[in-house]
Amino acid sequence: MQMPEPDQGVIAAKSDIVEALRAIVPGEGVIVEEQELRAYESDGLTAYRQLPLIVVLPETTAQVSEILRCCQARGVKVVPRGAGTSLSGGALPLADGIILGLAKFNRVLEIDFDNRCAVVQPGVTNLAITTAVADQGFYYAPDPSSQIACTIGGNVAENSGGVHCLKYGLTTNNLLGLEMVLMDGTVLRLGGKHLDAAGYDLLGIMTGSEGLLGVVTEVTVRLLKKPETARALLLGFPTNEQAGDAVATIIAAGIIPGGMEMMDGPAINAAEDFVQAGYPRDVEALLIVELDGPQAEVDYLIGEVSKIAEAKGAVTSRISETEEERLIFWAGRKAAFPAVGRISPDYYCMDGTIPRARLPQVLKRMRELSEHYGLRVANVFHAGDGNLHPLILYDANKPGELEKAEDFGADILRLCVEVGGVLTGEHGVGVEKRDLMGTMFSEADLKQQQRVKCAFDPEALLNPGKVFPQLHRCAELGRMHISGGKLPFPDLPRF
Amino acid sequence: MASDKATVFAPENSEQVVEAVAWAAAEGAPLEILGRGSKRAFGRPLQAAHSLDLSRLDGITLYEPEELVLSARAGTPLAVIEAALDEKRQMLAFEPMDLGPLLGGPPAMASIGGVLACNLSGPRRIKAGAARDHFLGVAAASGRGELFKSGGRVVKNVTGYDLCKLLCGSYGTLAVMTDVTMKVLPRSQKTYTVLVLGLDDATAAQAMSRALGSPHEVSGAAHLPAAQAAKSAVSYVAGAGASVTALRLEGPGPSVEYRCAALRRELSDLGATEELHSQNSLTLWRELRDAQAFAGDHNTAVWRISVAPTAGPGVVAAIGAGEAFYDWGGGLIWLSLPLNGEGDAGAAAVRAAVAAVGGHATLIRAPLELRAAAPVFQPQDAAMAALTQRVKDGFDPKRILNPGRMYAGL
Repeated sequence: MQMPEPDQGVIAAKSDIVEALRAIVPGEGVIVEEQELRAYESDGLTAYRQLPLIVVLPETTAQVSEILRCCQARGVKVVPRGAGTSLSGGALPLADGIILGLAKFNRVLEIDFDNRCAVVQPGVTNLAITTAVADQGFYYAPDPSSQIACTIGGNVAENSGGVHCLKYGLTTNNLLGLEMVLMDGTVLRLGGKHLDAAGYDLLGIMTGSEGLLGVVTEVTVRLLKKPETARALLLGFPTNEQAGDAVATIIAAGIIPGGMEMMDGPAINAAEDFVQAGYPRDVEALLIVELDGPQAEVDYLIGEVSKIAEAKGAVTSRISETEEERLIFWAGRKAAFPAVGRISPDYYCMDGTIPRARLPQVLKRMRELSEHYGLRVANVFHAGDGNLHPLILYDANKPGELEKAEDFGADILRLCVEVGGVLTGEHGVGVEKRDLMGTMFSEADLKQQQRVKCAFDPEALLNPGKVFPQLHRCAELGRMHISGGKLPFPDLPRF
Repeated sequence: MASDKATVFAPENSEQVVEAVAWAAAEGAPLEILGRGSKRAFGRPLQAAHSLDLSRLDGITLYEPEELVLSARAGTPLAVIEAALDEKRQMLAFEPMDLGPLLGGPPAMASIGGVLACNLSGPRRIKAGAARDHFLGVAAASGRGELFKSGGRVVKNVTGYDLCKLLCGSYGTLAVMTDVTMKVLPRSQKTYTVLVLGLDDATAAQAMSRALGSPHEVSGAAHLPAAQAAKSAVSYVAGAGASVTALRLEGPGPSVEYRCAALRRELSDLGATEELHSQNSLTLWRELRDAQAFAGDHNTAVWRISVAPTAGPGVVAAIGAGEAFYDWGGGLIWLSLPLNGEGDAGAAAVRAAVAAVGGHATLIRAPLELRAAAPVFQPQDAAMAALTQRVKDGFDPKRILNPGRMYAGL
């Protein structure tokens, strides 16, 4: 993985930079000792490690603004970091860059039930938002599986999803406002408690920008009332095709389940070995379909889904009768990653999205690739929204196996794009998928995205080396090559 | 070709769009970007001799109901898309409003590109999200005369920057969309509406807040003061002789009936309640969606104001003039102001009232000279204006696409 060439001048000026940062954030907020820096050397993508030059942990927006202004003036690169749970290396440090950690921004500032929103600092964890409002029966909808640890600021940067995306949307669909700081220190407020920000949708472009456009210092999220009830069906099918067909038929019938998850044979067995959720071991595909909402609606829809499953050849069909039983249905799915971790020394979690109907074709090709690479693969799939999480099993201690797993993963992602899907559904591009961007986007597409980056961070100092395979200079991107004055399409209709 | 003669380009494919834009960029000749032209009277007036008419970029290019996805060329009539969806019992869940009649034109003339360029959403915005939340993928020509794409055809996608969001609500000032892909959703089996009669604005805001904070999945929450209710084509509403607070419930039959009964029970302490069934409900919410109460009389200025829901009544009271009604649980104010007075369409009073609580106001309808004189969109502070200009630079450095439509110099 090629990262931008470290600026030796910046590295040499370390003690000056430390002094400048200590003038902004006094005391323990500036970390320079190697053993303390070690804690920041990687994020959830642990295959890549790099010690940062310095870590700084500000507590106020004013400090963030001063730090960024100071770094911009000195040409120092900045990598923002929430909880460091990114699975794509979004918070991977740079040897000549500082880590700007938002961990101390950990307060819930305001809960406004009448307007159904909460104002929180970016270091608050995803789950803590829901916990803070649960006593009134509200919750924050996006629920990435790392929700105990991941922060809302990181969720904004990555546009995080979860298992309920089809019905409740991703982070971007559940935000009302942001306070953010540009690399030059400018503090901006986007949106608020009202709907639809004025002007260009900068809130929309910030969400999922992976820390390359600005540093989020405050977030206003939408709160939803908890559904009256939720019930789940556990459905086993002899073939992936039948399970896929059932999913398509449920949606064609006008039903949008709160969650719809699919697991393949290897994932079912690993989960069953681990948590004994009562999953059938003899099926090729298992579906968990959860309906949530008003009691009357859920009871009605459970019946409809049950009929569809039967018509599509389900050989196992169980309906949760109690909350306890619903949670047991989910236990295996929720434990799928650690369960796979038990049967292999290491696993590599992929994250492509495909049009749902292409699932059987994609799974078949994946089995062929699995044989080709000699590595096992287990699949969990957000069947409702087409987001695929193949887990590639490998052993990092065997020479060459990590590289083989990465090649296998890259082939899977190319396959996703080939069938009309995308490289990443919710984990982000980061460094992990950076060099695959060309399979989905043309040079013109990527340059247009980078021109947006230039509007926010013209010196390319915020989180460089992520998302874009090649970061062009803004002056070069701004040049226009027009051979003016002539219309090469003489037959272009005009009046 | 001489650039002093007004030309309407009507490209038939994206290559021709690129050619037209590249020519305009080379000539430094501004273009007015038109889908089907139904919203030309919206926004700041343009100084563009030439126009780019996208009506020949017409047709649905992909519709897979079981995948909940539809792609179309940007000039495709919204009505064509809605008819195709209707046949499969699906819909654009953001409920695009039809600005045509409000602006003095015929109904149902909008193109899908225009709807997205203006990020037009209806009453279901509060539950299903805005147009921008359903906009999955785009191909467009930038003001540099380069074709680019962003997004895709799947709901869950975080690959690269979400340029769809940026184009949605950019009023054609960043790029010319040629192809768009949207998420579609099943249409509800049944639509009921609970009406609470006779509430003042402040009590209505509380009632809507209570309903939206209930587990009954309310998909529309509006309040019509008595004068606005009287204009409805729904007899229960027009004949109420009082204000009407409307709460919409959608879904499968048994669910809607159950929630309707529960909500009426829970709000009965506030006033008399009524219920509308499907046909009347559809009529009422279409009226609300299109701000029909203000469509008839063209001698007023119409503002669309977005604030925190509980702030709505206070904003209307602070402006203290004209007629108003509320959507989005009280957070969306439709305000009609008489045109006599200071000659700024009430901008000073509206801007001051919104500034006090946070939010934004858009002058949707006003005579051309007023839209040229007073800011149509929410004025920006210096930092935001500077960033906005830099974003524009990245897409349209020569300022040839709808220049000035949103802000002077943009």
